[in-house]
Amino acid sequence: MRIQAIVRRIVRQFKRDKRSLGLMIVAPLLVLTLIWLVLDGDDYEPKIAYDNLPNPFVDTIDDYAQEIVSAKPDEANELLKDGEVDAFITIEEATPIILLEGSEPTSNSAVMRLFQEAVSSIDTGSPIPEPEVEFYYGLADLGLFDRTGPVLIGFFVFFFVFIIGGISFLRERTQGTLEKLLSTPIKRWELVSGYVIGFGIFTIIQSLIIVLYSIYVLDMFMVGNFWELLLVTILLAITALTLATLLSSFANNEFQIMQFIPIVIVPQVFFSGIFNLETLDTWIQVLSQFMPLTYGAEALQSMMIKGQGIQDVWFELLILFGFALIFFILNIRVLKKHRAL
Amino acid sequence: MAFVEVKGVSHAFGKEKVLEGINLNIEEGKIFGLLGPSGAGKTTLVNMIVGILDPNEGDIFIDSKRVPSFELMNLTGYMAQSDALYQELSARENLEFMGSIYGLKKSELQQRIKSVLQTVNLLDHLDKPVEQFSGGMKRRLSLAASLLHQPKLLILDEPTVGIDPVLRQEIWDEFRSLQQQGITIIVTTHVMDEANKCDELALLRDGEVMAQGSPHQLMDAYDVQSIEEVFLTVGGGK
Repeated sequence: MRIQAIVRRIVRQFKRDKRSLGLMIVAPLLVLTLIWLVLDGDDYEPKIAYDNLPNPFVDTIDDYAQEIVSAKPDEANELLKDGEVDAFITIEEATPIILLEGSEPTSNSAVMRLFQEAVSSIDTGSPIPEPEVEFYYGLADLGLFDRTGPVLIGFFVFFFVFIIGGISFLRERTQGTLEKLLSTPIKRWELVSGYVIGFGIFTIIQSLIIVLYSIYVLDMFMVGNFWELLLVTILLAITALTLATLLSSFANNEFQIMQFIPIVIVPQVFFSGIFNLETLDTWIQVLSQFMPLTYGAEALQSMMIKGQGIQDVWFELLILFGFALIFFILNIRVLKKHRAL
Repeated sequence: MAFVEVKGVSHAFGKEKVLEGINLNIEEGKIFGLLGPSGAGKTTLVNMIVGILDPNEGDIFIDSKRVPSFELMNLTGYMAQSDALYQELSARENLEFMGSIYGLKKSELQQRIKSVLQTVNLLDHLDKPVEQFSGGMKRRLSLAASLLHQPKLLILDEPTVGIDPVLRQEIWDEFRSLQQQGITIIVTTHVMDEANKCDELALLRDGEVMAQGSPHQLMDAYDVQSIEEVFLTVGGGK
């Protein structure tokens, strides 16, 4: 079986070329960790305004906060508006109320952490009710890393599979093995299938490790089903792979593959959900509809943050599958350039 | 009936004409040389015979079957100008890959790998990665890869480029012994002393066949002492 021969060869090559394998798996982990360090740093000590809090509670807050001021509600609003404090904490009818400034996710989570620590460190004898959290600006109650995490997972899977897949297929051409292969009775679809399956094995390993690392080591917010999430990342990886092998036909060397990064990859990062698109011009929103990562990121976000399942994101998955299928077919057609048969 | 027939083949890449009205008949069991300077269109013509490239005009037949066809691709072995080897893999793994693409069965494959590596004298380097091979070893391994499926027609594009004279002699000895097994060989070259070793020659220049015949016929026809002079006479006359 020719497809099997290609698959086995790709696996063997990867086993020899450990650095490429490393780039595909370790590099995403490293970059995710760096982003986590920047976005999820918990060293920030928030500035707090308070009103009507019991004294021991104020004392504990003071231990954790950078600065605390006592303020009446309307004074607190002024302080929040001027950015002087990160939150206003008060108690109404025995329920703590936290009014977060809201625009800066890092300080939001710092305030919440501070409150939890303050609560756990004082012994009131009776449980303190869950606080009511309100926002002065915005609604985001998650850390920036939690919110963008799913998009980042999608992006790094996409990016590194794209690079490795594109360059491998290109090398097939520059080292002459494509020509040699096409002088054998192999069918063009067998060649492309072999590539998808061979690389598919490694994208599964890559996805598994990245998802595990993000959730269990970086503690990314995740309420969805692990295996369903893995399925989405693998589908996204296959889309990246088929796109990469397709585009590598239009590159003459490794450097030209790199040139696809600003054209194909970077726009997808900007328009796939890290930034809110709803306020942007319509043409950008339309453009984002043509980007595979938009659907991958949307599905990942829905699953990890909202806890949705496959049945809720079937539309996004269908589109991703469609992208992969179209790239696959185009790839077979483009190979006609190298052999008409 | 010729084994390989090239009939009225013309081809252009965009506006640049590469081949113009090529007619060739190559008999079974012969070593046929395509001689010409670089850029003459040798590789283009060879790619067409292999079936990778479709000519704009004209037809090519191998064993009376029209090129390209998958059936013929099983019949031909092709060694391109580049070595077409996977650097990370060992000689054995490269050959295993090519062999399974040709659909050779496991036991048969191992036996064929031994046999072709014996032929090109690389059996001692069976499990060495190709990246540790010298240029000449890679060339020989490429040749071995094109012999794996026992082709009836062997097409070799500049097989001895970058190979020292001793090794070149060995490779040509190998061609002779393949010929004795009934294999037809088409070989491109721009090395004149190699041209002398062919049974039949076609001189290609600027995409046209300038002359065709055995080395002796050609030298007699132009009344010169070497193929090099034939080449200069024919080329200079234009």
